[in-house]
Amino acid sequence: MPVKNNDVRIKAENVDFYYGTHKAIKNISIDFYNDKVTAFIGPSGCGKSTFIRLLNRMNDLIANAKACGSIYLDGENILSPKADVVKIRRKIGMVFQKPNPFPKSIWQNISYGLEIQGEKDKKKIEAVVEDSLRKAALWNEVKDRLRDNALKLSGGQQQRLCIARCLAVDPEVILFDEPCASLDPISTNKIEDLILELKKNYTIAIVTHNMQQAARVSDFTAFMYLGELIEFGVTSQIFTVPKEKKTEEYLSGKFG
Amino acid sequence: MKIRISNKFSSAVKEKIGFTFLALCIVITLLFLAGIIYLIFSNGLEVISWEFLTSVPRKGMTAGGVAPAIVGTLYLTVGAVAFALPLGLACAIYLNEYGPRGFIVNIIRMSINNLAGVPSVVFGLFGLAVFVKFFGFGVSILSGSLTLGILILPGIISASQEALMAAPYSIREASLALGATQWQTIKKTVLPAAMPGIMTGVILSVARAAGETAPILFTAATFYKRGYPDSIFSEVMALPYHIYALMTEGTKPDKQTAIAYGCALLLLAITLLISAVAIYLRNKYRSLYAR
Ligand SMILES: Nc1ncnc2c1ncn2[C@@H]1O[C@H](COP(=O)(O)OP(=O)(O)OP(=O)(O)O)[C@@H](O)[C@H]1O
Ligand SMILES: [Mg+2]
Repeated sequence: MPVKNNDVRIKAENVDFYYGTHKAIKNISIDFYNDKVTAFIGPSGCGKSTFIRLLNRMNDLIANAKACGSIYLDGENILSPKADVVKIRRKIGMVFQKPNPFPKSIWQNISYGLEIQGEKDKKKIEAVVEDSLRKAALWNEVKDRLRDNALKLSGGQQQRLCIARCLAVDPEVILFDEPCASLDPISTNKIEDLILELKKNYTIAIVTHNMQQAARVSDFTAFMYLGELIEFGVTSQIFTVPKEKKTEEYLSGKFG
Repeated sequence: MKIRISNKFSSAVKEKIGFTFLALCIVITLLFLAGIIYLIFSNGLEVISWEFLTSVPRKGMTAGGVAPAIVGTLYLTVGAVAFALPLGLACAIYLNEYGPRGFIVNIIRMSINNLAGVPSVVFGLFGLAVFVKFFGFGVSILSGSLTLGILILPGIISASQEALMAAPYSIREASLALGATQWQTIKKTVLPAAMPGIMTGVILSVARAAGETAPILFTAATFYKRGYPDSIFSEVMALPYHIYALMTEGTKPDKQTAIAYGCALLLLAITLLISAVAIYLRNKYRSLYAR
């Protein structure tokens, strides 16, 4: 799968990240390509979450943390202190490991993102709510109960609601941090199908512990180990003929 | 064999004694509670009438009603909450969401908790010095409300802080990740989730503010006032102080005592009523937001 340089959506260069004195990300450089899915795999604690949370500055919330290096999105350095965090987060949406709908109605969960942007037009909000729920393959299940509390939905429905909520603010990039970790196989399938559908229009990064999932949904795979990016390449190559010994050992279950 | 059985037996007996003792403690507590309620009802109910609730005192407090005191207590309580709730909530939000972490916040938190332990009569003296004298508000609803407000402020702050802290981290993350600012996140996500807890704090504070005597003693209350207060600078009659006055002054102790019990009954009823409203609001929020 040849990719041209101008297909690069996000470019990370020499990124380091520290929790206090603990260096959790070590000099990672990686490109995310337009309308492609990049999977992050690696043993627990190797820094996958830490790294993708750098992309939308979610690590800002952590006290005493420090990031170095640069991550470019549309020519702007996301990591720069001058960067507009709100704007970045609008462009780069995120779906978390545990479904985290607001304790509000299904409708309010979706309209939230528009309301904080000051959208008042009821017609427009209505259209976006329906559209987002359709894209997240949830519309048919909830269209008659949009005023119900979102917490009444099943786990899998809640996660699709979180995806819909993220789509409603029309991001360019979507980060998934183990989106299926707390879901049953059927819900997992639905989410995977959804990701395959979404990548037609969105650049996607997904952290997963499920190798089959990485193989199924991703175009590129990044293998991380102890804060380092060991190997990055086209998914089919990584899974069949990995270049690095560590990658091979991990994929064959020797550790992790 | 025998020994084991007797051991078992004795531990069962011990357990029984333990349970009985605990149950006894509850019974004693309930007896006190029932005693209070019985005392107040049996002595106070006879004076309660429509006139008692709606008319002004007559014949040197020995006849007529206590309407001005009811109104005064409502004004003072509402005033106190109107002052302390926004201020306390703002403090809690700052301390919890924006303030510097660690040492300084701990010092502030400790000071606020200590404020809660200050005897209420000290607040009364403070109110007298600051609001009545220094600001020149005089003995008035305003001075009394502010004094009561300061009294309940620590309770409101710590209840609000706890409620804010209990709001799940995951929904803050969700909101921020959608491009909300920190303030939007607090306003639209954290506060609604914390609302039931904040309401609980307010309930307790209201009950406290309505029942306190010492803070209004020098700042707001008067034994007798012809008619109702006409501005926030009027002094007022208030139920707790009225009870105190009826029991310590005047010339017809037996008649006054009956009225005092009537006032106590009213005070109990008002506190319960305000609490009921607050509990209703809290449950409404809880069904909307709780997990
Ligand atoms: N808030 C934090 N403060 C300090 N250290 C942290 C924090 N979060 C993560 N770490 C540390 O940073 C390292 C990377 O953690 P991270 O959560 O990114 O790993 P991960 O690859 O996502 O693991 P998992 O697969 O278990 O989710 C770990 O050593 C972890 O202990
Ligand atoms: Mg993780």
